[in-house]
Amino acid sequence: MKLFDLKGGVHPEGKKNLSAERRIRALPLPKKLYVPMQQHIGAPAAPVVNVGDHVFKGQLIASAQGNVSAAVHAPTSGAITALGDHVAPHPSGLPVPTITLESDGKDEWCAIQGCEQPLELAAEEIAARVGAAGIVGLGGATFPSALKLNVSRGVQTLIMNGGECEPYLTCDDRIMRERAVEIVEGILLIARAVDAKKILVGIEDNKPEAIEAMQAAAQGTAVKVVTMPSMYPMGSEKQIIQVLTGLEVPAGGRPADIGVLVHNVATAFAVQQAIRYGKPLISRIVTVSGGAIKTACNVEALVGTPVQELIDFADGYVQPASRLVLGGPMMGQQFTNTNVPVVKGSSGVLALMTTEIGQSEASPCIRCSTCVRACPVGLLPLEMAAHIRAADLTGAVALGLKDCIACGSCSYVCPAHIPLVHFFNYAKGDLAAQERSKLKQEATKKLADARLERIARIERERAEAAARRKAAREAKERAAKEAAAKAAEEAV
Amino acid sequence: MNPIAHSPHAHAPASIGKVMATVLLALVPATLFGFWLYGWPAVNLWAVALIAAIAGEAFVVRMQGRKVRTVIMDGSGILTAWLLALSLPPYAPWWIAVLGSLFAVIIGKQVFGGLGQNVFNPAMAARVMLLISFPLEMTTWVAPSQAPGLLESLRITFLSQPIDGMASASLLGHVKTEFTRGIGLDQALVGYYTPMDMLWGSRAGSLGETAAVLLLIGGLFLIARRIITWHAPFAMLLGVAVPALLFNAIDANHYAGPMVHLLSGGLMLGAFFIVTDPVTSPNTALGQFIFGLGCGMLTWIIRTWGGYPEGVAFAVLLMNAATPIIDQYVKPRIYGRDRKGVALVVKKEL
Repeated sequence: MKLFDLKGGVHPEGKKNLSAERRIRALPLPKKLYVPMQQHIGAPAAPVVNVGDHVFKGQLIASAQGNVSAAVHAPTSGAITALGDHVAPHPSGLPVPTITLESDGKDEWCAIQGCEQPLELAAEEIAARVGAAGIVGLGGATFPSALKLNVSRGVQTLIMNGGECEPYLTCDDRIMRERAVEIVEGILLIARAVDAKKILVGIEDNKPEAIEAMQAAAQGTAVKVVTMPSMYPMGSEKQIIQVLTGLEVPAGGRPADIGVLVHNVATAFAVQQAIRYGKPLISRIVTVSGGAIKTACNVEALVGTPVQELIDFADGYVQPASRLVLGGPMMGQQFTNTNVPVVKGSSGVLALMTTEIGQSEASPCIRCSTCVRACPVGLLPLEMAAHIRAADLTGAVALGLKDCIACGSCSYVCPAHIPLVHFFNYAKGDLAAQERSKLKQEATKKLADARLERIARIERERAEAAARRKAAREAKERAAKEAAAKAAEEAV
Repeated sequence: MNPIAHSPHAHAPASIGKVMATVLLALVPATLFGFWLYGWPAVNLWAVALIAAIAGEAFVVRMQGRKVRTVIMDGSGILTAWLLALSLPPYAPWWIAVLGSLFAVIIGKQVFGGLGQNVFNPAMAARVMLLISFPLEMTTWVAPSQAPGLLESLRITFLSQPIDGMASASLLGHVKTEFTRGIGLDQALVGYYTPMDMLWGSRAGSLGETAAVLLLIGGLFLIARRIITWHAPFAMLLGVAVPALLFNAIDANHYAGPMVHLLSGGLMLGAFFIVTDPVTSPNTALGQFIFGLGCGMLTWIIRTWGGYPEGVAFAVLLMNAATPIIDQYVKPRIYGRDRKGVALVVKKEL
């Protein structure tokens, strides 16, 4: 198949050999699980259990709130011991609403209902079951999958993302090698849910075994496996669309606008499990790797498992880690507290050494334009950073700040080690805050105007009422006077 | 360092120091050839230029209260002085090098705010300042392959004692002079233009600008190492060669051909080491091409019709001034938008 060019991009050292040959192993059942209510983009789920309740594995413990949200299920059987705050899998390490579940060690499933003939289900039914299973995009964006299926009905092309372009990560590689048949069934279910005409699975050429396994599993189906060159950020939604179809998602638009839907291969597995067996999304494959990890591996971890248990399972550190990262090194987030739980979007736990990070103090920009050549979006990172430094957000937006996908290619290549993408995310945050405060101001102004109008109206009404009363009184007095005059006249 | 760092948590093994070191490495062959060709005075001049630049930059950086070591170690000041030295007449007196180097790193760079902030290429700004202020010293050339001893060379560099019978003219200067005497190219080039000598650099000229082949090799090395791209150098050579070819075809006796232009003066040095200066050139491939083309055409125009025989430095400074304008108009197309920045419209399929 003809592939299209990706603009820019970088070639970071893959480091996938650390864990690529390690089979997925299930993590031993943890004693305590910390299940956050927010593991997805959108509104946090609301708990439907109370402290002291006994829950079975797979039982709903928090329901989705509103349109953009995802349900949360019990990862194992046991007792709810707390509904409260626990450290978030976020660089801030701030507490977030979390359900604490103490495992009873039995790992007993609740009553689940699968489907013998999943490929005969109606599209709406597939989307509904995906939503009920609490499935979110497992590639890292964690967008609720059911919603994505509902807004994408009738797309031309379904693209399954097996790019896994982040260095170190091998979770998608392993799941494609080991669970290809299930993934293909999941892909066909997703395709049925959106009525896609064409199904492409894009896999980078640094995963030949995964390509082979997927090709074998896809034999005789409408699923077509495509080998793509290894380049970062090949696995980014907009970029994989560009490479496989030659189309671009319009600025501010969605892939569905150009008739494309992109899902991650691991999401397809979760969809298959949910529909064929009725199992909700309560675990995921996580790569534990990095130069400071003794035995890099791929594990299937229950959502809510403290990261420390994964590090222990990998035989701990071979030497002290200089930085701990959740996700891949290019877009992952640093964390400091190893009590943070694995969530639906955690693809990797990395313990990196200083030499692997290769970061040094920033020096002045020499305008070498290496960042311009690396940007897959066609932005001018050096110019945007200069505007943001000068607190000129408008200028940065005019240069395309909102089109930045925060892939980090510019920061990766910058010889001056300027934290470019940090500038951009800072500016995006500032912009969002500005927009929020503008909305708030507008709302306040509307309320104030309404209040003034209300006061004026009340006063006006009061004055009118007073005038009416006065008129009535005068009329009465006049009538009385006239009556008195009439009486006097008559008396005369 | 801040305990919490933003992604990415991986970085390419690159640094400003490494970039500068690679460029210096690419300059070594042409520089060594210049030393061999013109002897010890060239070495003296080069060394004086470097020392003056380091000392001058250290002094002003210290006055600014910044870390001297970091600034010197980035290598940009050394590179500037090195390029300036290569563009000086090899027997120029020491104070030319000192003045030029100080002007380049202090007025040309630090006054603007240091590395990355200057509008004009510091080496070229210094060269033009010297050429305008000291036209005699800056246009006294020597024929190659003279070998003054070390002691004699010190007298040349530090006591400004020219030695009889050494003076020569550069090809471009010679041609310009001959034109004023009404002599056409057919006669003017005789004995001055031997293509093989021009190619290897055995001619009168600046310290490091003559070895066309070695400069080309250095440039190709930088392209291979992805320090520079082909756009600006290629466009500059094109900008000189195309008008030269056209006008040479019209009147061969009055307009020199493309090979004469490409192999003379500071063109090769300019194309691969000056117009590729990232700080003072545009930041997109197309912008760099336009910039290089402008540098080339202006060079040809100044050489052909201007008052000076050589125009590379002037052309570069003029185009440096145009860089912000080029950057304003030449921007890459953003994903999902058209060239004007408007979001793409979805074509409705029937």
